[in-house]
Amino acid sequence: MDFRELFFEGIGTLTLNKTRTGLAILGIVIGIGSVIALVSLGQASQQAVQSRIESLGSNLLTVRPGAINQAGVRGAAGGRTSLTLDDAKEIAASPQITTISKVSPEFERRAQVSTGGNNTNTEIMGATPTYAEVHKVNIASGSFISQYDVDSMAKVTVLGPQVVTDLFGENTNPIGQTIRISGQMLTVIGVTESKGGTGFMNQDDIVYVPLTTAQKQLFGVNYLSSIALEAKSQEVMLDAQNEVGYFLLARHRLSDPSQADFSIMSQQDILNMATSTTNTFTTLLAGIAAISLLVGGIGIMNIMLVTVTERTREIGLRKALGAKKKAIVSQFLIEAVILTFSGGVIGAIVGIVASYFISNFIDSPFVFSPFSITLAFIVSAGIGIIFGWYPAQKAANLQPIEALRYE
Amino acid sequence: MISVKHISKIYKMDSIETVALSDVSFEIKKGEFVAIMGPSGSGKSTLMHILGALDLPTSGEYILDGDNVGHLDEDRLAEIRNKKIGFVFQAYNLLPRLSALKNVVLPMIYAGITKEERMEKAKKYLKLVGLEDRMYYSPGQLSGGQQQRVAIARALVMNPSIILADEPTGNIASVQAEEIMAIFQKLNEEGHTIIMITHEADIAHHAKRIIHLRDGKIVEDGNNYKQRRVKRIRN
Repeated sequence: MDFRELFFEGIGTLTLNKTRTGLAILGIVIGIGSVIALVSLGQASQQAVQSRIESLGSNLLTVRPGAINQAGVRGAAGGRTSLTLDDAKEIAASPQITTISKVSPEFERRAQVSTGGNNTNTEIMGATPTYAEVHKVNIASGSFISQYDVDSMAKVTVLGPQVVTDLFGENTNPIGQTIRISGQMLTVIGVTESKGGTGFMNQDDIVYVPLTTAQKQLFGVNYLSSIALEAKSQEVMLDAQNEVGYFLLARHRLSDPSQADFSIMSQQDILNMATSTTNTFTTLLAGIAAISLLVGGIGIMNIMLVTVTERTREIGLRKALGAKKKAIVSQFLIEAVILTFSGGVIGAIVGIVASYFISNFIDSPFVFSPFSITLAFIVSAGIGIIFGWYPAQKAANLQPIEALRYE
Repeated sequence: MISVKHISKIYKMDSIETVALSDVSFEIKKGEFVAIMGPSGSGKSTLMHILGALDLPTSGEYILDGDNVGHLDEDRLAEIRNKKIGFVFQAYNLLPRLSALKNVVLPMIYAGITKEERMEKAKKYLKLVGLEDRMYYSPGQLSGGQQQRVAIARALVMNPSIILADEPTGNIASVQAEEIMAIFQKLNEEGHTIIMITHEADIAHHAKRIIHLRDGKIVEDGNNYKQRRVKRIRN
């Protein structure tokens, strides 16, 4: 009995009870559909994170206080207060450092920002004029923080578009208005262009103030939360990392890199970290979806067992007419595989359509992954074989006389 | 060609033993038409299962065309059933979702016969049982007698050594039952070996030889000199 005949007979049998067949397939559709949708969403968010990080500039190095890895006790990275404005100035001024073109000392903290009746909790970024150059911040209206603002500890501020919307409403011009942070009144002098992003990745939900204003007037500190450095080119990134690293070790009077009270990360390091995070996330989601696929597979097994019981007489007859075990096993396995495979095909379509709409909805790129679709087909056929195996064996092991007698 | 030697069949349910057949021996030669008769519980169904290679005897030997059927594995038994035995059941046992033609084709599929040959043979045998104009009907659209004729065509397509009929007229009105018997007699005249199991005496009298079973033993085995010939051939 060749495969084609078994296939068409299987189709014929399955179309006899369309409701049951449909419901059995539905489990696989949901399973495969959710795996495909979640994997492609995971890949989409990975691409989004990647392009956003790359848009920050690929020549960027970030120095943060707190060692990445310290023998003995390991404190929270960034928790230390070891980085100062003088460090940043020395890096910029040092003749030993030849690979760095721009230095942006930064102090960042979340705080409540209010104006009139509105208030919002947002990121306050103490910055110098180089911040805009290093982080590619463009001004939509007004101007960015000037060196004069930094030197004079001016009570001025530049707002991200999200903050403008939150505080003043949409399509308003806040320039000249004042906002209140930590009891200080600051005058809005500029609004930045939108950089995009959503949720915790929103780069528009930020308030820029002069670095000195942030340190002295708002938060009363004298350290930095980070120093952003722009290397002269991408090729000298590693050299730059080393130059700055040894320079700061020397400045902090530390003898070897294992004692470093700071860490230097390149965009690539951050990218790798983000990628591994989204990878974990994708795997986790796909794992959850795989559970629903497993449940779908059990549903198939259940239906196949019912089918075998219902068709006991048929099996007995087929055996009486000369069907060998293999023929019966193939018949029921092929029926199971037809169920799961068609479920896989429909599920793949559902998954692609779903991920298309969801990616539109959450404003991330739509990723079509031929690999995950091929995998879905193989997996769905495999599920048919695995979960169809036991019912098929049960059918093949029926004794013909018992089966013929069965009412 | 069929040789049954000292066959016994004992069913064990828990610790209770039921003797279905005890020390049954007989021979059936090619071209015979044998009825196996007996009341219910006489062991005739058990005998039929053993003759049909559907079940194995507890002891004794069953030799069919030189093969000792008692010593074969399941797949070899399936092959014997496929090639050497044509079954006709009381309840016809046609697959309801397949047409008459496809039901007749079924045993040939398991024999690995090519599609063209299968169709040709199935049509030939459906014609032989007088159903050439109903080949594409489903069993539900056919009368009991017609369904049984489809089953006979199915039993014949593999050109088996024996046709094994288990109460072939049990579910059929008497007029149609006569037609079935007419077909059996015609097939027998053409040289087919037929073994028919029945509890109805007037059906058994269509055979040339009658074996009487009672309580698992042969109580009578002899030629049927009063064989009833069906003169009227089907419509």
